[in-house]
Amino acid sequence: MENSNNHCLSITPSSLVLLSIIGFITLILIRVLYIIHRSSQPRSASSQQKPLSTLIVLGSGGHTAEMINLLNVLQKNSFTPRYYIAAATDNMSLQKAQVLESSWLSEGGVEEVGSAKFMQIYRSREVGQSYITSVGTTLIALAHALWLMIKIRPHVILCNGPGTCIPLCAIAFIFKILGIRWSYIFYVESIARVRRLSLSALLLYKLRMADQLFVQWPQLKSKYHRAHYVGRLM
Amino acid sequence: MAEADEDLKSRRTVFVTVGTTCFDSLVRAVDTQEVKEELFKKGYTHLLIQMGRGSYIPAKSTGENGSLEVDCFTFSSSITDYLRSASLVISHAGSGSIFETLRLQKPLIVVVNEDLMDNHQSELAEELAERKHLFCARPQTLYQTVADMDLGSLIPYQPGDAAPVAKLLNSFLGFPDD
Repeated sequence: MENSNNHCLSITPSSLVLLSIIGFITLILIRVLYIIHRSSQPRSASSQQKPLSTLIVLGSGGHTAEMINLLNVLQKNSFTPRYYIAAATDNMSLQKAQVLESSWLSEGGVEEVGSAKFMQIYRSREVGQSYITSVGTTLIALAHALWLMIKIRPHVILCNGPGTCIPLCAIAFIFKILGIRWSYIFYVESIARVRRLSLSALLLYKLRMADQLFVQWPQLKSKYHRAHYVGRLM
Repeated sequence: MAEADEDLKSRRTVFVTVGTTCFDSLVRAVDTQEVKEELFKKGYTHLLIQMGRGSYIPAKSTGENGSLEVDCFTFSSSITDYLRSASLVISHAGSGSIFETLRLQKPLIVVVNEDLMDNHQSELAEELAERKHLFCARPQTLYQTVADMDLGSLIPYQPGDAAPVAKLLNSFLGFPDD
C-alpha cells in the first residue's frame, strides 16, 4: 500500500522536464495565436505619421514590373528608408529599382538623398536544381536571410511573388513572436495568378504569416476569403 | 520619297516574341508555309521573329514571289519599339509581354508553351481571351487561330491601377490618403 502511494505522488526529474517542455510549447502556441490575431488588426492610431522602414522584395521580370507599378503610387515619405532585396542571380531587378529611386529624386518626390539600399540574397533553390542539394542551399539562404533581417529589421515588408520572399517573411514572423521587431507583411499576388495561388502566397495565407494578402482576380477572392481583391495593377 | 512613304504605309508587320525563354515550337509553327501564307493572305507584309534562347532558326526571306518578308533576331534590351510598329503580335504567355502589348492596344495572339511544367501562365492567357482582350492558342492550333481570327471582335484592355492597394496599405498603417 505504501508503495502504490509513493508511485502516485513521485515526481521524477524526467517528468518535470516533460512538463516544462509541454508548458513551454503551450506558451509558444499561445504567443503565436496572439501574434496571428494581432496581425489582422490595423496599426494603432497613436503612432501615425511616423515613416516606416520598408523592405521591398524583388523578383524577376513580371514581378518587378508589378512592384514598380505599386511603388509609384505609394507615398515615398511614409515608406522610408527603403531596402530592396533581389536574388543573387537576378541581374535586372536591382538595376530597375535604382533607376526608379533616381527618377523619384530628380522629380523631387523624396526628401532623403541616397537613403535607399540595394542588396542581394542567396536563392533557396534554382529552377531545376536537385532536391537533395536544395536542402543545403535553402539552409544557406535562411542563414543569409537571417543576417539581412537582423541588419534591416524593417517595419514593413512588401513582396509580390518569388520564393525569395519566403525565408525573409518567415524570419520576420519569428521576430514578431520573439518580440524583436513588429513587421507588417504585405503580399500582392501576381497578376498572372488567376485561379490558383502561387506556392509563396499559399504558404503565407495558410500559415497566416501575412498581415494582408492581395489578389488581382475575383476568382481568387472567392476561393480565399481572407484575401483582399484589389483588381488589376497592370 | 513618295514611294518610301507608301512603303511605310503599306507595311504591316507581324511581330513574334518569346521573351527570354526557349520556345522552339512557337517559332516552328510560325515558320510553317501554311501560317505564313495565311498571314500574307490577310494583308501582312513582314514577319519579324524574336527567338530568344531557341535553337530553331527560321529562314530569312526577302519576300519576293508574293510572300512575307521574314527576319529574325535573338534578343533586344527592349521590344517596345518592335511592338509599337507591329500590326499583329504573336507572343509567349509571359505576363510582361502580354501587358506591354495590351497597353499599346495591339492585336495579340498569345501562344501557350505546353512544355513548361506547372503552366500557370495559361490561366492568364485563357482569362484574358475569355474577356476578349486577345486570342489564345497552342503551337498546334496557331494556324487555325490565325485563319479564324476577327480582329474587330477584340475589346481594348483598360490598363489597371495600383491605387486601390495603396489606399488599403495607407488605411491599415494609419497613413493619410492624399
